[in-house]
Amino acid sequence: MEIMVGKFNYWIYIILIMVGFYGMMAKNNLMKKLIGMNIFQWSIILYYISIGAKKGGTVPIIMDTHSAAGQAIRAIDYINPLPHVLMLTAIVVGVATTGIALALLIIIYKKYGTLEEDEIIEALKK
Amino acid sequence: METIHSSIPLYAILSPLAGAFLILFTGNRRPNLREFWTIFASITQFTLIYSLIPCILRGSVVEYNVIEIYRGIALKFTVDAFGMVFALLSSSLWIIVSVYSIGYMRSLSEHAQTRYFFCFAIALFGATGVALSGNLLTLYMFYEILTISTYPLVAHKETPEAIKAGRKYLVYLLTGAVFVLFSMGFTYYLTGTLDFVAGGFLKGHGSPEVLRIIFASFIIGFGTKAAIMPLHEWLPSAMIAPTPVSALLHAVAVVKAGVFCVLRVILYVFGPKILSDLNIWLVLAYVISFTVIFANIIALSQDNLKRRLAFSTINNLAIIILGACLLSPDSLRGAVLHIPFHGFMKITLFMCAGAIYVKTRKELVSEMDGIGREMPITMAAFTIGAVGLVGIPPVCGFISKWYLCIGALKSKEIIFLFIFLVSALLDAVYFFPIIINAYFKRNNGESSGSREAPLLIVVPLAITAVFSIVFGIFPDSFFRLFTITGIVVKTVFGGT
Amino acid sequence: MISEHFPALIVVTPLILSFVVFAVGLFDRRYCFPLVIIALGACIHFAVSMMKKVIAQGSAIHYYLGAWAPPWGIEYVVDHLNALVLVSIAVISFLVAIYSNSNVKRELPEAKLPQFYTLFLLQVTGLFGITITGDAFNLYVLLEIASFSAYAIIAMGENGAQFAAFRYMIFGTIGACAYLLGVGYLYIITGSLNMADLSKLLPPLYHSKVLIAGFSFLLVGIGIKMALFPVHTWLPDSYTLAPSSVSALLAPLFTKVGAYVLIRVMFTIFDPSFSVTIFPVTEILGWVGATGIIFASILALAQTDLKRMLCYLIVVEIGFIVIGIASANRFGLTGAIFHIINDMFMMACLFTAAGAIFSQIGTRNIYQFRILHKTMPITMAVFIIGALSVIGVPPMCGFFSKWYLILGVIQAKKWVYLAVILIGSLLNAILFFRVLENAYFETRNNIENTLNNKGVTVTLDRIPKGELIPMMCFAVIIILLGIFSGKIINNIIQFAIPGALQG
Repeated sequence: MEIMVGKFNYWIYIILIMVGFYGMMAKNNLMKKLIGMNIFQWSIILYYISIGAKKGGTVPIIMDTHSAAGQAIRAIDYINPLPHVLMLTAIVVGVATTGIALALLIIIYKKYGTLEEDEIIEALKK
Repeated sequence: METIHSSIPLYAILSPLAGAFLILFTGNRRPNLREFWTIFASITQFTLIYSLIPCILRGSVVEYNVIEIYRGIALKFTVDAFGMVFALLSSSLWIIVSVYSIGYMRSLSEHAQTRYFFCFAIALFGATGVALSGNLLTLYMFYEILTISTYPLVAHKETPEAIKAGRKYLVYLLTGAVFVLFSMGFTYYLTGTLDFVAGGFLKGHGSPEVLRIIFASFIIGFGTKAAIMPLHEWLPSAMIAPTPVSALLHAVAVVKAGVFCVLRVILYVFGPKILSDLNIWLVLAYVISFTVIFANIIALSQDNLKRRLAFSTINNLAIIILGACLLSPDSLRGAVLHIPFHGFMKITLFMCAGAIYVKTRKELVSEMDGIGREMPITMAAFTIGAVGLVGIPPVCGFISKWYLCIGALKSKEIIFLFIFLVSALLDAVYFFPIIINAYFKRNNGESSGSREAPLLIVVPLAITAVFSIVFGIFPDSFFRLFTITGIVVKTVFGGT
Repeated sequence: MISEHFPALIVVTPLILSFVVFAVGLFDRRYCFPLVIIALGACIHFAVSMMKKVIAQGSAIHYYLGAWAPPWGIEYVVDHLNALVLVSIAVISFLVAIYSNSNVKRELPEAKLPQFYTLFLLQVTGLFGITITGDAFNLYVLLEIASFSAYAIIAMGENGAQFAAFRYMIFGTIGACAYLLGVGYLYIITGSLNMADLSKLLPPLYHSKVLIAGFSFLLVGIGIKMALFPVHTWLPDSYTLAPSSVSALLAPLFTKVGAYVLIRVMFTIFDPSFSVTIFPVTEILGWVGATGIIFASILALAQTDLKRMLCYLIVVEIGFIVIGIASANRFGLTGAIFHIINDMFMMACLFTAAGAIFSQIGTRNIYQFRILHKTMPITMAVFIIGALSVIGVPPMCGFFSKWYLILGVIQAKKWVYLAVILIGSLLNAILFFRVLENAYFETRNNIENTLNNKGVTVTLDRIPKGELIPMMCFAVIIILLGIFSGKIINNIIQFAIPGALQG
């Protein structure tokens, strides 16, 4: 029970990865494969963000460098911003991948008139 | 034993290489110039190697380091007495076979002559490299070059049969190279060096089982090229190549390189002491004896003359290896002497076979009745070669076989003496009928006096036949072969 | 002064110039190619001077991006391991760019040239970045840059290339995401992303399950990117259908850089003992590599398309490198690293030759290669040199890396791998001689048909010098690498091997 609830973020991302993976492998339609790939990528991004969270932490924006009493900032009050930054990059990467994939799908559709994988393979064999 | 550093070995090896590229660029446009390059390169190489004889006779070793690649591994040429024997053989016979090739190819108007002469020169580059190499790495490199350059020569005719023969050739020889690579790696791993040392350098390294495995793998690897049974199958198939190719490469250079490498392994990597300690020599001797006898038996049944000669070659190569692995000084002397002597005699026989083909298009022994009257010089040469191989004086084969038999007597097992004698008997059984039929039977059908093959073909084979007799009477003439082999025996047995 | 910034410049120059090429291409297409040459020439200069500096000072060059010290900032490191890889990438991409000038015009319409060169430079940016970065996440970013450019540039090819690129994309993204996940796991336990820092922080944690999971994800991700058997299936289709210059660029570089990343992960980030004793992944890698060699060699034998055969050969060579890594000793790793360099040049040589053959005779079917030795002698000579190197004939470089691999495997006492290496070499030999047999012999059925042999005379290859010269350069480099292999190993590769390895 402890494992289920305490590490629920892991469970969510694993389930999402499996869904995405299933989409990529088992589905015949190229568009569905692409969506599966997206789900795959986004689940990993969600995972990273989830590991940055802390109990009781707040948004990592600092109003002024020192508090009125002259004390230094305690990092423990704020959630970890580094995974967020890393994931911004990863999101951009994911967007670029999706962009390229969609461009490819447009060309494929123009050429073969279908987005079903088995029909395309048939067309290629000729 | 002093070591002289000189770049003559390098030039001796580079001259066929340079000749090859000159041949390539001259091409089909000016055939006479192209043939000139072949002759020029061969004479240059022979002169360079011949000039090293005095040093070798003094007992010194000529060395040339090309490049040191890693500690213990270098590209290095070392000319010692044993290498000299093989180098003299291949370079002198290259001149003769070049002349013969020119005659042969032009009489038959063969195709792809540039490729032929180019590959021939590269093959000689490989063979001389094998002879003059100073360590296993250089040997392996030139061994591979030899294999790859002779492949187009084997498949020269480009008929489906020839291409299949070429494939078989490659598969056998490249597989052998893989075994050699394995042994070479292991040897380096055990000892940290690959250089040849008279009397072996593997002593004291590694356990007996490991040494036996390495030895077996070396023998399988190099033995493929030396046509030890059952790895011999490529040689009879390769007889589909043009006769000059068969003559030089398969009777002299390629298979002799294989035998040379086997002897290098037995004498300069392992050495007599280890082999007798491990008792491997006896196992190898028995395996080889099987080849000796069986090859001759198969030769009896071959009607195609070149195939019969091929099996005779297999027999003689096995005799050489047997002599070496009997581990006695006399048999070693006989074995090393047999390398050049057999080379001269066998090449005479092959060239005669080629001359007969050029003139009469006959390949089968059963068709050769009465050829002695039509082609007297050719058959005389053939007779000399055959008589020598059986071991009858005054042809040189007698001397080498004599030493082999004495060595077999002195070794611990008498049975090998009988093997030598039986093999000689079988030699007679399949050579003499050819000679008798050629001279004494009448040829039904065409017969029109003496029609020899063109001069360019007949003169070389006459020369080698004469040499065979001269070597038989004065074995030390021209090349000082007898003295040189004495040095080989002394350094291997007395050295360490 | 500016030489201090070479580590950053080598990545930034092709990046910026790729955009410049695209912009310039909108106005005048003829300026694209010179810009590419300038960019890559500059990169050669950067790479060579960095390599010289590393050899001279004996230790690594550290460069902090934006002057932020690690572990907060991103660091670029040039040490003995990647100095040589950088130079190889620079030289190969430069020569392939020259080659592509005339070659790509035959396969792509003129209008697409600026896009082609843009993607070319982006690809090279990604490859340089992967090699030079010292930060694990930065490696993911640059890996994806390289991958995108690869997907897009492959899709510029002939029929079916877009589909192949799409499938490559699906597969490749799995790999990259697996890598990302692995890095994430490492980040959770250590809080750092810098490679040097990780190597210090990780040892106390070696027995934790998180680490093993992270390492596994890393390996799977890198394995997909480097075409390790059995996840290599993206490679044959995509590289075969891509334009010739693209395969000539990708085939030598992309998978070998992946192999380099594997060495980095296993031997720099993680201590070698982790891979050998604590989580014995070297066993698995060895078997995977060995199976890959045999499987890919056999598949290669079944191909009639020359380029497809060479693609399977890439998988075989990666198998060799992985066996070297799996031996986990000094000889094996030397062999693996040297084989990375050698294989880059060997594949460059073979793929450029295959591209030249395709542009002259218009087909890649091996059985239609008759009389190629007369019409394309130089190309066939180059092809032979590449083939001999792959088979392992001295003095080409391929022999020496195989030599070290064999020594490494003997030292590790793995006899099955030894047999696999030897059998693999033999199968490769058969592979190439099949091609050479078809190119050099014209099967005759009539032995006496000799009188009309003067029909076809030897002519020089009818391909532009711009394609011949890079091919010949590759062939010469292969021979030089072989002859000077001792110097290279003694001066550079020897120091790249962590001291913790036995032997």
